[in-house]
Amino acid sequence: MSSLLRLATAGSVDDGKSTLVGRLLYDTKSVLADQLDAVTRASVDRGLSTPDLSLLVDGLRSEREQGITIDVAYRYFATPKRSFVLADTPGHVQYTRNTVTGASTAQLAVLLVDARKGVIEQTRRHAAVLALLGVPRLVLAVNKIDLVDYDEETFRVIAKEFTDHATSLGYADGSVLTIPVSALAGDNVVERSARTPWYSGPTLLEHLETVPVAPDPHDAPFRFPVQYVIRPRTPEHPDYRGYAGQVAAGTVRPGDEVVVLPAGLRTTVQRIDTADGELAEAGAGRSVTLVLADDLDIARGDVIAVAGSAPVPTDELDATLAWLSEKPLRPGARVLVKHGARTVQAFVEELSSRFDEQKLSTLESPETLQLNEIGRARVRLAEPLPVDEYEVSRRTGAFLVIDPADGTTLAAGMVGAPLPVLRSDRDVVSPGP
Amino acid sequence: MTTTAHVNSAAVPDLDNLAALESEAIHIFREVAGEFDRPVILFSGGKDSTLLLHLAIKAFWPAPVPFPLLHVDTGHNFDEVIAFRDHVVEKHGLRLIVAKVQDWIDDGRLAERPDGTRNPLQTQPLLDTIAEHRFDAVFGGGRRDEERARAKERIFSLRNAFGQWDPRRQRPELWNLYNGRHRPGEHVRVFPLSNWTEADVWNYIAREQVELPSIYYAHRRKVFKRDGMWLTEGPWGGPRDGEEVTELTVRYRTVGDGSCTGAVESTASTVEEVIAEVLASRLTERGATRADDRLSEAAMEDRKREGYF
Repeated sequence: MSSLLRLATAGSVDDGKSTLVGRLLYDTKSVLADQLDAVTRASVDRGLSTPDLSLLVDGLRSEREQGITIDVAYRYFATPKRSFVLADTPGHVQYTRNTVTGASTAQLAVLLVDARKGVIEQTRRHAAVLALLGVPRLVLAVNKIDLVDYDEETFRVIAKEFTDHATSLGYADGSVLTIPVSALAGDNVVERSARTPWYSGPTLLEHLETVPVAPDPHDAPFRFPVQYVIRPRTPEHPDYRGYAGQVAAGTVRPGDEVVVLPAGLRTTVQRIDTADGELAEAGAGRSVTLVLADDLDIARGDVIAVAGSAPVPTDELDATLAWLSEKPLRPGARVLVKHGARTVQAFVEELSSRFDEQKLSTLESPETLQLNEIGRARVRLAEPLPVDEYEVSRRTGAFLVIDPADGTTLAAGMVGAPLPVLRSDRDVVSPGP
Repeated sequence: MTTTAHVNSAAVPDLDNLAALESEAIHIFREVAGEFDRPVILFSGGKDSTLLLHLAIKAFWPAPVPFPLLHVDTGHNFDEVIAFRDHVVEKHGLRLIVAKVQDWIDDGRLAERPDGTRNPLQTQPLLDTIAEHRFDAVFGGGRRDEERARAKERIFSLRNAFGQWDPRRQRPELWNLYNGRHRPGEHVRVFPLSNWTEADVWNYIAREQVELPSIYYAHRRKVFKRDGMWLTEGPWGGPRDGEEVTELTVRYRTVGDGSCTGAVESTASTVEEVIAEVLASRLTERGATRADDRLSEAAMEDRKREGYF
């Protein structure tokens, strides 16, 4: 069976993102006749002579009316080599919020720029957000290359500027690729273009099909948030007690010594159960049920971790917040924090800095964090959580900030400071009172 | 460096596509079981809801599925599907709640439509039943590959007290941390199959040997043509005058209200043959066989805004 690559797109308005996604779907024959008929009809209604591929993906009535993408949409396509889940994120004003949503699960992101405009503020900002969210690989698609007469020099300048920017964000050379494309004409998206003989790299699709999927960190220390306790109490299984969840990091095997957090109880993994039978090991991403050697009091929200390398539960988080709500954050705000399978009460003690994605610098002690802004905060928790640093583990270092009044998701939270620039302003947060 | 730290450890083979989708769906089922008081699984006996139930059984094994099933019965269902529904409920010892559209028509809360289709009439019985039982999480088999408006749907989709979906006010969905918070009267629609495609569904059905209603496989059936689709005879009215009945070898790609679900000519009688046919088809399953999606360019979006799945 093929593997699965989760990717996200990012780019500003009018740089042709919907057209690129439409082109990927169209050229991989992921668009079926009735969908194409609908697009052709709608294009003719607008007086266009060829089908507008962006209409394949702009699904909402108001999006078609305005010709823009409003919200993250998910697209699916497959080739014999790989299946793809693509989070198609809009580029307009709500940029950070949507980019954060698309990037949180992405293993690769495709950023677009218009070859005539080059790297703009929005490109830098998007790349910073993608780096912050820990997206392991970037592709810069230099689009509309046909409109600069397939000029190599224009491409080289943009590619160098972008690669330098990505490097300053912490990306290594091998994790960033730049490709000259024309989404409209189809150059180097799926089909190799004869009009860019100076470009010897892969087409976008070739790259997506062959890039190593950043695996979940199997060799990281084992982490397992308990989602649900399975107790059948049926005649066949009167005494069964299993702890259901998804391996968040690392690998587990029967016989492993583990510790249950936050209580700190030690025991041994007896069995790894699934409906299809026992497993000899389970790696990150797999949903299983653990049966432990001792009868301990374990509930939803607890974390089972490898005994030798378990996190120390803390009731104070030094974290980076990407603020996603129209309601600004002020120090002292009472919120809920959801980490793994546990939700605890919390309050934001201090806003220590705000990140300027454009200048890649930080502003000390801001009064608020507004919609789409990213900053560092100190968060006090009513109960301790066994967190990891986000840069070590995307799963166990991430949390949601939720409004206790109406349940709105206010922020994407990342433990620590995943970008060097966020770290530079202050070293370690002082211990709480 | 932080952003590349995870790239190099490829020693352990990754989950293949179907195993990854299965693990994700099981994770979603367990989150809902842990966070909500009164979840329910929408179950029609079709392939997507049968797959949903199969995954729920795996998620809680060896314990029974901790939710009841809810079927909104238009009264225009295929006999084979109702028989299959009851067989599955019996086999797994599940609890089934049936909301019959006919009951709403009989007491005047709903009126029959001039075109005879009852598919759009399902919304009110669904919302009334959710309110009556105070369900706070409702699982559906919807997939984001089905339709453009569905491509915008979240895995956890908050609905207001009227069951309405507002695509502009959706919660961001971050990592695999699902936010199920809701106020009294609101509920959350949950779509564990969001990231599956029709091909994934069939490949998984083949791999897991999931039993389906017989009408998904080729069989002889008396049908007549209406609006370019092969409809079967039934209580929904048909054939009308001038609609000629012929007997063909057909199968169904989707199973819904008989008045608007068409059959496709097919000789595919095994899962493998169905997969070959699905992969070769130039039409989406809804484009091929669902009349209700053709009503307007935004038919699905409009119905979802009203509270439909």
